[in-house]
Amino acid sequence: MSLLQVKNLVVEFPGRHGTLRALDDISFEIAPGEILGIVGESGAGKSLTSAAIIGLLEPPGRIASGEVLLEGTRIDNLNHEQMRHIRGRRIGAIFQDPLTSLNPLYTIGRQLIETIQTHLPMGAAEARQRAISLLQETGIAAAEQRLEHYPHQFSGGMRQRVVIALALAGEPKLIVADEPTTALDVSIQAQIIALLKNVCKKHSAAVMLITHDMGVIAETCDRVAVMYAGRIAEIGPVHDVINRPSHPYTEGLMAAIPDIEVDRDRLNQIDGAMPRLDAIPNGCAFNPRCAKAFERCRLVRPELTLVSTTRAACWLHETSVEVAA
Amino acid sequence: MNAAPSVTAPLIEAHDLAMAFDVSPPWLNRVLEGKPRLLLQAVDGVSFSIEKGKTLALVGESGCGKSTVARLLVGLYQPTRGRLKFGDQDVHATLKSPQGHHLRRHIQMIFQDPYASLNPRWTVEDIVGEPLQEHGMIRDPAARKMRVAELLRSVGLNALDMVKFPHQFSGGQRQRISIARALGTEPEFLVCDEPTSALDVSVQAQVLNIMKDLQRERGLTYLFISHNLAVVRHVSDHVGVMYLGRLVELADKPTLFDRPRHPYTRMLLDAIPKMRDTGRARTPVSGEVPNPLDPPAGCAFHPRCPHANGRCAAERPHMLEQESTRVACHAVEEGRIE
Repeated sequence: MSLLQVKNLVVEFPGRHGTLRALDDISFEIAPGEILGIVGESGAGKSLTSAAIIGLLEPPGRIASGEVLLEGTRIDNLNHEQMRHIRGRRIGAIFQDPLTSLNPLYTIGRQLIETIQTHLPMGAAEARQRAISLLQETGIAAAEQRLEHYPHQFSGGMRQRVVIALALAGEPKLIVADEPTTALDVSIQAQIIALLKNVCKKHSAAVMLITHDMGVIAETCDRVAVMYAGRIAEIGPVHDVINRPSHPYTEGLMAAIPDIEVDRDRLNQIDGAMPRLDAIPNGCAFNPRCAKAFERCRLVRPELTLVSTTRAACWLHETSVEVAA
Repeated sequence: MNAAPSVTAPLIEAHDLAMAFDVSPPWLNRVLEGKPRLLLQAVDGVSFSIEKGKTLALVGESGCGKSTVARLLVGLYQPTRGRLKFGDQDVHATLKSPQGHHLRRHIQMIFQDPYASLNPRWTVEDIVGEPLQEHGMIRDPAARKMRVAELLRSVGLNALDMVKFPHQFSGGQRQRISIARALGTEPEFLVCDEPTSALDVSVQAQVLNIMKDLQRERGLTYLFISHNLAVVRHVSDHVGVMYLGRLVELADKPTLFDRPRHPYTRMLLDAIPKMRDTGRARTPVSGEVPNPLDPPAGCAFHPRCPHANGRCAAERPHMLEQESTRVACHAVEEGRIE
């Protein structure tokens, strides 16, 4: 059974000038221990997907329809208090900026021990021991002394290690990591990714990794979902999506990334920009920028369909479908 | 064809540039608490030259001094040591002299954040037209409109966009407005400080392509600052790698990417996640960039370097010319690493 199931998730923002549909019919699954990458450009809805799953959608944003199931039970309709017990205990979260996810007024030790005691039945001494071992696991030297330090006494990379330790504190089965390395330098990014991969494997936690960096996805994930304008354009095993993309957007995105290994005179560019939420075109959201678009792309929205090993939402791959009446 | 050897004099020549910032505590604290003066050596002895029509890229992690070099080059900072020559003029001396105004026309800058570098209350026409007016190149409003329209078209925007305000554009379009503004004075040298790092990849590709086209058409010379080595590989002719305010390696692009010499360069190249080579375990380098207020003695990289020995900890390596590379490393010099 899959660990997390997202079924036809729709997130809307009601506003004065009408309702904006920020996520439109998102469905995917994460198996236990699997690393699923979510990639896309700014505004594609990556972070909103994670916020909807962990119940941290900012009002007036709301889940308009669809379901989120964790180990078979629905979690999208829980109230604030019930959700609080799920976050940390069953789903851990890592955010982009490690400085804002730690409380600057409390020591690292206090924050770790509090989190551990909130979620696990442990006494003070036991929780402290666990905090130390978590810090050691995440590669923080002199963990016992570091417990007494405040977040500002850590460097950016070290803070992100502390945040990973915090996310693991309640032994969750799923970690949602939203751009965990974006604020870090490349050498530190490499360390953090290796660490995230190792500790999650050790704790047999699945990861939903959100990033805009395809290189990070390629190195880390088992499967990847490519998002565009609040929809999933393509989802499949990471090698296949990168090497044999089926959706024209994925293809264009891959060709637009400068490659460190190859010299190219010109980068492939996708003209135009992602549509605003209040102006998403009919049919396939990508059709105005797509070189291969034809009549049907402008009229009918394609569903995700299996193309060899990946699933893509593109009419190019639809061979025998009846046009919706 | 003329068979004369193509010895092109460099357009830009930086010699031993250094910039120290005074980050001392306030005077009263120094007097009462006996705290010393503190100097942060942001750039320390950086030398390079750029030929006309070429691109030098500077790469490095945050805090390595690359943006300070950019600001030194356009004269936003006065160097504490060293010289900068543009053609045969000394840049910082000229900028202070009456001819400085004229020199500024030839050196322009594109900033990282297209949201912060455009005045939100000005129309695009005012933004792009201001340098033209400031340098007395165009006085007639109708002529200014014509010129702004032409500049906007050259970066792939519509001439009708000039009546709009910056907030009506996306990030990539804003960065094109910045480029149009910089091109207005017909500069020969453009300093680009992370021009695409705030942009999404598909938009980044648009901006990089435009920059390359403009360079080809107008023979522009670029200093391109970036932390992204893949982008650098795409745009540059020469690459300089900086670490803690010092240039550790300077080479032409093929040499640097195919045969990196300095251990830091190798580490940077190795640290980049590769798209095609999935599943390969990289060896992440341990440690982080040290505090620039208190840089390590000797070679600044020695605490993280797998090849460091006693000499590296004690003696600062000098730039050594080796074939087509200049590298500052004792291990390379002694032949301990190839």
